[in-house]
Amino acid sequence: MNLNLLILIPFLTAMAVLFCKGLKQVRAVALLGSGLQLILALGLLYRFYDERAAGNLSQMLFEFNYHWFAPLNINYHLGVDGISVAMILLTSFVVISGVLVSWSMDTLNKEFFFLLIFLSMGAYGFFMSLDLFTMFFFLEVAVIPKFLLIGIWGSGKKEYSAMKLALMLMGGSALVFVGLIGLYFNTNIEGAHTFDLLQISKMKIPVEAQMLFFPFAFIGFGIFTALFPFHTWVPDGHSSAPTAASMFLAGISMKLGGYGCLRVATYLMPEAAHAYAGIIILLATIAIIYGAFATLMQTDLKYINAYSSISHCGFVLLGIGMLTQISITGAVMQMVSHGLMTALFFAAIGMIYSRTHTRMVAQLGGLLKVMPFISAVFVIVGLCSLGLPGLSGFVAEMTIFVGSWQNPDVLYRVATILACASIVVTAVYILRATGKTVLGPITDTHFNKLGDALWNEKLAAVILIVGIMAIGILPFWLNDLITPGSQQIILQTGQNIMLK
Amino acid sequence: MILNDIFILMKQELMLLGIIMILLIIKVGKDWSNESLLNLINALLLINVMSGFMMPAEGFLFGDMFKTNSLITLEKNILNIGTLIISLQSYSWLKNHKHLIEFYILMLSTLLGMFYMVSSGNLLMFYLGLELSTIPLAAMANFDLEKRKSSEAALKFIISSAFSSGLLLFGISLLYGTAGTLSFTEITSHLTNTPLQIFSFVLILAGFSFKISVVPFHFWTADVYEGSPVAVTSYLSVISKGAVLFVFVSVLYTVFKPLAEVWYNMLFLLSVLTIVIGNLFALRQDNIKRFLAFSSIAQVGFILVGISGSSQMGTASVIYFVLIYIFSNLGAFGVVSLVSAIAGKENISDYRAFYKTNPFLSWVLTIALFSLAGVPPTAGFFGKFFLLIAGAEQGNYILIAIAALNMVISFYYYLRIVKSIFMDPNEHPIEKLTIPMMPKIALFICLAGIVVIGLWSSIYEYIYSLSTGF
Repeated sequence: MNLNLLILIPFLTAMAVLFCKGLKQVRAVALLGSGLQLILALGLLYRFYDERAAGNLSQMLFEFNYHWFAPLNINYHLGVDGISVAMILLTSFVVISGVLVSWSMDTLNKEFFFLLIFLSMGAYGFFMSLDLFTMFFFLEVAVIPKFLLIGIWGSGKKEYSAMKLALMLMGGSALVFVGLIGLYFNTNIEGAHTFDLLQISKMKIPVEAQMLFFPFAFIGFGIFTALFPFHTWVPDGHSSAPTAASMFLAGISMKLGGYGCLRVATYLMPEAAHAYAGIIILLATIAIIYGAFATLMQTDLKYINAYSSISHCGFVLLGIGMLTQISITGAVMQMVSHGLMTALFFAAIGMIYSRTHTRMVAQLGGLLKVMPFISAVFVIVGLCSLGLPGLSGFVAEMTIFVGSWQNPDVLYRVATILACASIVVTAVYILRATGKTVLGPITDTHFNKLGDALWNEKLAAVILIVGIMAIGILPFWLNDLITPGSQQIILQTGQNIMLK
Repeated sequence: MILNDIFILMKQELMLLGIIMILLIIKVGKDWSNESLLNLINALLLINVMSGFMMPAEGFLFGDMFKTNSLITLEKNILNIGTLIISLQSYSWLKNHKHLIEFYILMLSTLLGMFYMVSSGNLLMFYLGLELSTIPLAAMANFDLEKRKSSEAALKFIISSAFSSGLLLFGISLLYGTAGTLSFTEITSHLTNTPLQIFSFVLILAGFSFKISVVPFHFWTADVYEGSPVAVTSYLSVISKGAVLFVFVSVLYTVFKPLAEVWYNMLFLLSVLTIVIGNLFALRQDNIKRFLAFSSIAQVGFILVGISGSSQMGTASVIYFVLIYIFSNLGAFGVVSLVSAIAGKENISDYRAFYKTNPFLSWVLTIALFSLAGVPPTAGFFGKFFLLIAGAEQGNYILIAIAALNMVISFYYYLRIVKSIFMDPNEHPIEKLTIPMMPKIALFICLAGIVVIGLWSSIYEYIYSLSTGF
């Protein structure tokens, strides 16, 4: 399978959108393109299992390597392992439902879908890159569309949020940049340097260099995934963004950071990852608890989901910081699960908002009676968020807790317990929000006139719910997909705590 | 056969001289209409650009005074392309100008001076070329004949450049006193790190810094950029700066190589200062020309980061960046000059809701600004990345960290304009502009350059392979 297709298809779709006339053509092309992406991603999953079943044990499959800037040893190098496949699947699910949710985008629709699809191209490229330069290139490709998406189509104090988000993410990529340059100049292949991820992983980066550049890379990527105290762009950015952009932001963009922390920071600088594990865990635990309590105080549905995203992404960082095979598997599962879940959450909020024109919990009520489908979606996603067995959130968080407990350090176990305890808080705010909005009496008489979800919204929700259920009920396929990848990372860090 | 050599080695200079002569003859002869003149001149400039790529040659003339090789030919070609784009862009402004031919004669003489400067193998020749490229520029800055600001700009420019030329000349004479020669190849072996030589180097460095507006020698930049006509501003910020940078790189890496330790630290300090001050002043400008002036100061700071690397990577990345910078900056100036010539507006606040009325121009300006800011997939991303890689080669990560953080600041002010264009409401946006043919072609050339130069790696590889040349 040629991985370039996953970049080419979004690119061609984005270009085709520019030449369309009218909303109908634009959205048809966008849907076609994102449908193709979904098919490609599912095909990739199938072919990946096929190759593995045929006994192909090489670390990365379907590699494609092209010498891009030869004098600097910069390659356009693509390849996937299980972790990448999982992230690609997530991206394709979120993209198609994002397109479906924006079906009746009325202002500047051409530009909107162009930016949306362009963003997805950056995400695919990022998840497939095996060269740090290519990776950085795609990481930044995915930033600027967000600025425009929020600033032009957003609501509330959109310009402020867009600027804040763009600057913080650009600050993150500046830090990543310093980390990458540091890695580059500490590699040595017969006097030359390299950006190639696999080559760097095979050579020993001097420990002092690791200690120096790990914080740059980790914090840089961490900003993307709402690492405390660099999480402040998340609530503003998410709440100001239009629905589809919120879905992309929380569902895809925050995962770029988690993936980068894992693949670049932890995998390439294992000694430093061990040395800094305590700090990572501390920050992750703070993010989990702080996020959960901050959510309690929110009255706006989008803010509720944004703050709970901080808390949920804290679990990802916690899993990475614990450095056991199972916790890292859990971290990746949490990324996939949270991506699907939060995208669905934002989709549901968007559907409610487009009808009731309010996102305030206090003003909503009794929606189950007027829009049963949307309310059902809302309840499902809420339950997933608080970790109900049978849905993806439970599987992922449980894996992280089990993996974290394997780390015998007492303080780390305290952190694990604290993180577990946050689930109770999650239950409080989720049940309160869903109960108030969905159940109870209808608070506003004009709600009676509102209709339920349209076909496109239903399809979008169903696609994401299928994903959530597929992980929740049958977690094994995802686990088997990710485990070889996380095993590789643990082998790299050279210390498997299970064996101790 | 010496005459033959002159024709082959100096063909680019002779081409320019030929065009200047044609223009002089037209000036003396009967009156042409401005439009047919512009068509003719642009056709001549196009021929000039194309002829630059033909018959590359290498060699020395006049006892090493004048040299050329593939790298120098490439540099001249880059300047030629930039001049053509500027000429196409200023169509709307020049169409109604009385002194069109004089403008072109002046502009092409400065270009000729830059060619001599780039080709010089001797400090005397270099100084001659520099003066030829500077003095007509002051007259060009005064070309908005009715505007007081324009003459003010011209006066400021001539005073500051006379001062910097004085410094440069003083440095050159001191160097001559200690080394006993002015030839680039011979000076190097006479450099022995004596205090007097270092002092003379500092003076020469200051002279250069004036020309490329490095902080703290940048004070003339903003006023001159603001007062001059847009065509001259873009010429100043792109072509004249680019030419001096080309010479600066080669002089540092070849002539002053023995003083590398001295200039490395100076460049470190100057680049940090230039980036930071350029950025901070760019933050709060409202006039878009002043804004571009300060942003170009910051860009020069990034270029200095690249220069502080090793010779091959440094040279390659600087030339590559200047090439990209020409296309990106001219993309931005192209839109600015159209708006200024047709609507007469030059403030960033005038650009609010520009997208509603002029979507095409908005996208060009946005993409150009993204390229200046260094956002992928535009070429600016690659240019900045390679400059910083070159700068990091010496292991100076502090410099890289400062530069990377300053890139974030620069994002803020570039995005501020994008925000005005796309997001801010405006009761009276700039009306829909009809873009004449020639500026449109120029804008498309800029767009193509911004997209292609980055993604198509062969261009960088070509420049890299030439950069061993000296």
